[in-house]
Amino acid sequence: MSIRVENLTKTYKSQNAIDHINFEIKSGEIVGFLGPNGAGKTTTMKILTCYIPPTSGAAWVNGLNVETDSIEVRKQIGYLPEHNPLYMDMYVKEYLMFAASVYQLSNKTQRVKEMIELTGLQVEQNKKIGQLSKGYRQRVGLAQAIIHNPKVLILDEPTSGLDPNQIVEIRNLIINIGKEKTVLLSTHIMQEVEAMCNRVMIVNKGKIVANGKTEELKHAFSPDNIVQVTFNQSLNSDQLKALNSISEANLLSDYTYIVKSKKNEEIIKSEIFNFAVQQQLILTEMKLIESSLEDVFKNVTK
Amino acid sequence: MFSILAKEIRSFLSSLIAIIVIIVFLVANGLFIWIFNETNILDAGYANIDPFFELAPIIFIFLISAITMRSFSEEKKTGTFETLSTKPITDLSIILGKYFAGLLIVIFSILPTFVYYYTIHKLSVPVGNIDTGAIWGSYIGLILLSAGYVSIGLFSSVITDNQIVSFIVSMFLCFFFYSSFDYLSSIEIFKKTEFFIEWFGINFHYRNISRGVVDTRDVVYFLSLIVLFIWLTKIIFNSRKW
Repeated sequence: MSIRVENLTKTYKSQNAIDHINFEIKSGEIVGFLGPNGAGKTTTMKILTCYIPPTSGAAWVNGLNVETDSIEVRKQIGYLPEHNPLYMDMYVKEYLMFAASVYQLSNKTQRVKEMIELTGLQVEQNKKIGQLSKGYRQRVGLAQAIIHNPKVLILDEPTSGLDPNQIVEIRNLIINIGKEKTVLLSTHIMQEVEAMCNRVMIVNKGKIVANGKTEELKHAFSPDNIVQVTFNQSLNSDQLKALNSISEANLLSDYTYIVKSKKNEEIIKSEIFNFAVQQQLILTEMKLIESSLEDVFKNVTK
Repeated sequence: MFSILAKEIRSFLSSLIAIIVIIVFLVANGLFIWIFNETNILDAGYANIDPFFELAPIIFIFLISAITMRSFSEEKKTGTFETLSTKPITDLSIILGKYFAGLLIVIFSILPTFVYYYTIHKLSVPVGNIDTGAIWGSYIGLILLSAGYVSIGLFSSVITDNQIVSFIVSMFLCFFFYSSFDYLSSIEIFKKTEFFIEWFGINFHYRNISRGVVDTRDVVYFLSLIVLFIWLTKIIFNSRKW
């Protein structure tokens, strides 16, 4: 077990930032941490990286307690904090050398060179960090987080504030790095979680409200299949509702209806097709609407 | 600790702070000691560099505050404080790394003033007839004093994320510890405890060492001052955990 959290609570003043949360992350997993702002994602990450201690409860990283074996834990974690703080007046290489020396690596120059190659900083390696664009700064932040080859990576909103191309680049970088590591990353972008993560945890108001594979969550929180149908003329939505498999039918626009059903896609589609034939209607379009993680998110954090 | 120290020295040098501090320190001292009428050694006629040792603690109040003001404030402001304190190094080695980096810069600015000693040595009649013991004592005193100032400056920097606030607090505390106890002790109502109050000030011990007598009591005073402020720094450094 790479990360284990038991009854973790953090109280600021009288407010619970996180409230008795429990979860486990197996080694090699890439887990997405979702939640509205202020839900407790960052607080959890700060506790795991030994920046702040929990008010109660405990957390272990690779079997080491974050409070009692703090230094050991920090050696095994690579951390990219929110907003990616860096020393703006340092040169890229200089900064990575500094990071390497803080981790007391033996082959610093070699390791820095590898990191620059891995994160694609070759062109920018002799610039000051302050001169870099946000995307490149993010790469520097990632490079310093993985320079000591940590087993566990904790990334707090690694793609926030980047443009779409940079997001894809950083995402690929993380997928690439994450192949043999345990990664816990927080984000607000749902597609990102679907693209990168094996598992999602959604927190809301300091509690974990959903935890599982994206497919499972989608199924658990929106079990209905949704089909969008368009005919060549209008008809009463009650006619559609009268069909066996359909539990709900609503007019979307002109001749288009949204249909919900517990049955699977094939059954719904064939039934609607038969219905159209019987009524001598022409079906101009019929498609299954994928329920998205966004819906799940909205559902559980309401 | 050494990685932090090296990083701090590099950032002092790259941000020009160290160089400006050294230049300002040397120019100001040079002017007061060799050029300006009222304080210059040549007119005074004695073969010593006492004016330098009287002036340096005052100039250092400004300069050391300027050196140390950014050490923690900036890290806090930019958020690098979080990156730094989640690296596998103990809080104490971060603090000591920053402390010794500041102290090294200060000592480096003192080194060129050995020229003053050499000049007086040559100018004195007969040549070399100066109180070497007192001068070495004064140098040791000055280094101990600046070591104290650096620890005060570091503490002032850790309490705020605003460099200006840190600068002002540091100047105030340095000045307070340097000479306010002298003034306090001269107030009429403290007459009976005059010596005792004076004893708390840096100036009292600095003067003692300047005479050329390095008394362990004075050294212990300076070391306690340094340990006290580094300890306070460490407490505030951990304030996020409260």
